[in-house]
Amino acid sequence: MITVDFTVNGERVKLDVSESARLVDLLRETLGLTGTKEGCAVGECGACTVIVNGKAVCSCITLAAGLNGANVITIEGVSKNGELDDIQQAILDHHALQCGFCTPGIVMSAKALLDANPNPTTEEIQQAIAGNLCRCTGYQQVIDAIADAAERRAVQE
Amino acid sequence: MPLFGDKTGFDVLNQSKPRIDGADKVTGRTRYAADYTMPGMLYGGMLRSGLASARVVHIDISPALAIPGVHAAITAKELPNAKSWASYQYLTDVVRYEGDVVALVAAESRELVRDALEAIEVEYEPLDAVYDIRSAIQPGAHAVHEEYPDNKFSQSVYRIKKGDVEAAFARADVIVEREYETQYAEHAYIEPEAVLAYNNPNEGDMTVLSSSQNPFFTRRYVADILGTSMNRVQIIQQTLGGSFGGKEEGVGLAAARAAYLARLTGRPVKIVFSREESFLESAKRHPFLLRYKAGITKEGRIIAWQGTQIDNCGAYNNQTQFMNWRANAHSAGAYAIDNIETETFGVFTNNVHGGAFRGYSSPQLIYGQEQFIDECAAELGMRETDFRRINCLKDGLSNATGTTLNTVTLSEVMEYTLAQTDYENKRAKHAKQTSKEYRYGIGMAISHRSCGFGAEAPDASGAMLIANEDGSVYLNTGLAENGQGLKTAYAMIVAESLGVCYEAVSFYGTNTHSIPDCGMTVASRGTVMGAQSVKLAGLKLNAIMRQNAIELGFFSDTAKIEKACGLAEGSLRDLVVSDPEQLELKQSEFYLKEYPAYRVPFGAVTGSGLWAGKQMSAFEWFTPPPCIQDHETGQGTAAPTYAYGCVVAEVRVDLRTGYVDVLHVTSSHDVGTAVNPALIRGQVYGGIVMGQGYGICEDMEPVKGKCVCTNLDSYIIPTAMDIPEMQINLFECDDPSGTYGAKSVGEPATEAVAAAIANAIANATGKRIRTNPASLEQVLLGKKLR
Repeated sequence: MITVDFTVNGERVKLDVSESARLVDLLRETLGLTGTKEGCAVGECGACTVIVNGKAVCSCITLAAGLNGANVITIEGVSKNGELDDIQQAILDHHALQCGFCTPGIVMSAKALLDANPNPTTEEIQQAIAGNLCRCTGYQQVIDAIADAAERRAVQE
Repeated sequence: MPLFGDKTGFDVLNQSKPRIDGADKVTGRTRYAADYTMPGMLYGGMLRSGLASARVVHIDISPALAIPGVHAAITAKELPNAKSWASYQYLTDVVRYEGDVVALVAAESRELVRDALEAIEVEYEPLDAVYDIRSAIQPGAHAVHEEYPDNKFSQSVYRIKKGDVEAAFARADVIVEREYETQYAEHAYIEPEAVLAYNNPNEGDMTVLSSSQNPFFTRRYVADILGTSMNRVQIIQQTLGGSFGGKEEGVGLAAARAAYLARLTGRPVKIVFSREESFLESAKRHPFLLRYKAGITKEGRIIAWQGTQIDNCGAYNNQTQFMNWRANAHSAGAYAIDNIETETFGVFTNNVHGGAFRGYSSPQLIYGQEQFIDECAAELGMRETDFRRINCLKDGLSNATGTTLNTVTLSEVMEYTLAQTDYENKRAKHAKQTSKEYRYGIGMAISHRSCGFGAEAPDASGAMLIANEDGSVYLNTGLAENGQGLKTAYAMIVAESLGVCYEAVSFYGTNTHSIPDCGMTVASRGTVMGAQSVKLAGLKLNAIMRQNAIELGFFSDTAKIEKACGLAEGSLRDLVVSDPEQLELKQSEFYLKEYPAYRVPFGAVTGSGLWAGKQMSAFEWFTPPPCIQDHETGQGTAAPTYAYGCVVAEVRVDLRTGYVDVLHVTSSHDVGTAVNPALIRGQVYGGIVMGQGYGICEDMEPVKGKCVCTNLDSYIIPTAMDIPEMQINLFECDDPSGTYGAKSVGEPATEAVAAAIANAIANATGKRIRTNPASLEQVLLGKKLR
């Protein structure tokens, strides 16, 4: 067992984890944050995407033991005071979701992108979500939504 | 031109209302089956053979049971009915494909499940096997099932016999004959199958929270394995993370196994498939071997059509007889041909089973047929556009099943798409390329698809509407949201038919205790046919509530009406409102047709109605008009109506690598009435990209029964980087058959895409690929390397 001390959605978490514990299990099972999904367990589908220290990562291939001092944001930490974030609102407005299973991961990838690059090109948006497989939408409305979210953010600033 | 946008008269429909389930999905609050845990819950697991054909000679579960924390381990011997009500095995000692399960375990953690499965000792005796269609139909081939000695699944044989094919071939000027073959493809929904079963005396014997596409179908498996009646099994469908036809049998089997383990251990049991297990046991898009022969006059009219369509069922019967009904009805494509003779049947092999997958045979058939049409045109020296113009279905002509069609929008849809894409000019230009690096191509495909079940199964459904005292409305029906937006479309249909605001309607998942079995949510029937009962219930409750408004006195104070309408005091003194026909209920407000300025909120009537004991609910059942076909000839009425589509694909082929870049896809569909245009566009975008994957890169590649692709790192589906530019054209028409005139779109959206891509590749390279997908080696070498 290894003791890790880090923050999840702004709250400090300190607990003992096994060397092989995956971040996705820690989030879903220990902390009950089931908004993060597991789809493939090999880092291919991106349903488990969370943000660790500003970068979008697959929590199914991230070991919990290495998270000391890390700042983790999950889908539960995106909306503030019950208000949808611009990305979430844009995804709703563009009908950029269907079954919704990949949606939390896509929101996290989009947030990591826009937090680092407020004015991305279409190709940069495509690249940012290339690791998020979606079988329902064909991605077009998702790409449109993320571009729109970037514009909404720009207007607010 | 009936492009979307000309329809009038709807209050709610025809608008891109936001998804009813959207906010919960974008925030991660939505719960899927795998998100649940319960106190004392165990994890269930399956030991799969990994062999294509074998007999279990010896199996020892005692080492697994000896592990602390392992609560159950069973084999087929311990399970009283190891064979399910369908042909699948919950557990087996005769392995017919690599996903077959030989033992089940339940343990306190996933790690213990893994340990227990590894501890079970099994000795197998390998058996002969057959792996593909051609060898399965050879005389003397190994029989996968004793009951089918020649591997031919006799219940799946369908035929079309229309006119006199022999005589017509004798008259034909040109005869063309070709063979096409398609592959095993995986649904690859992002949510793996998940179930949580628990003993629940409050609701009967067992409750299962499941990722079921069809909860009533899942219930059949659970009642079957427990040997209990259906009213003692409750399936509560959870939000489904995609299905496309895939979460039917596989989830039924998983739910049954979890339920059995839950009964055995007295504890809740959860089973969540790994991606590898999902690939192993979920049904696949089944391979087809397609042979077509056409007799054509020199003017370009097809006068004879012959076809043999053989599909690979895999090891078990997974809806092959139903899929072949569809394959049979569509065995001559979107063409009006007087003389047709086709045969369709399935064969068993030692592979994963084929099954329902968006299109239900059509993407395979259209892949062959629409290439065949291009090849026939080429043999005649005729443009493939003109060849389609001559032969495609039109008003008053009949399709393969002999059904005379009307409101056939196909020609309009096709011509619009060809003009928009400048198809003919590009096609001629591309045919003259000489580059040895990149070649560009454009290709087309057209489709006609029967809407709903038609003659395949009864397209009936029921729906219940409840108006609450606060004016909110609850819908309950047995049709299920699979991610496609059914809840949103249904809430809109309730709002339209009942006359309430869209926001006032809620509809959650299906609970099998609460509503009758309404058939499966498949065949793109949800909106077009399944919602007919929703509309009927809405219209019925609308009438009931108008009567209630009158009886409760909401329109008896004429002074109020005068005031609201700005009329002189006493002018309506003699007005008597006693007939519900005098009233309208729209957008959650009642008003008099004659004096519409006076409004009574829906919630005021429901508030009084509850305490006055008024009926404020309605249940309606929809029975469709009969569709009857002759089984021997396939002639009759196959469906209430058809959806028409045209897809044009533009590609760039790298001749050095065989890489096909799909640059642009234009997809045009007659949707009858666009209930929610944004949802439809989502269906079409998703359908295009799914079709792109099917046409270019997706292949389970079973080698001697073992699938080479076991996860999404080897089974490649398109990413956001791979998608083409997409142009969608939605057409509407006045065809009253479906709910508010709606037609199917979920399956039409994907069924013609791979065919259009294949035709574009042929235009680019001058070479015809007749084996799907157009992978690197197929394009570069003309063959598969495995």
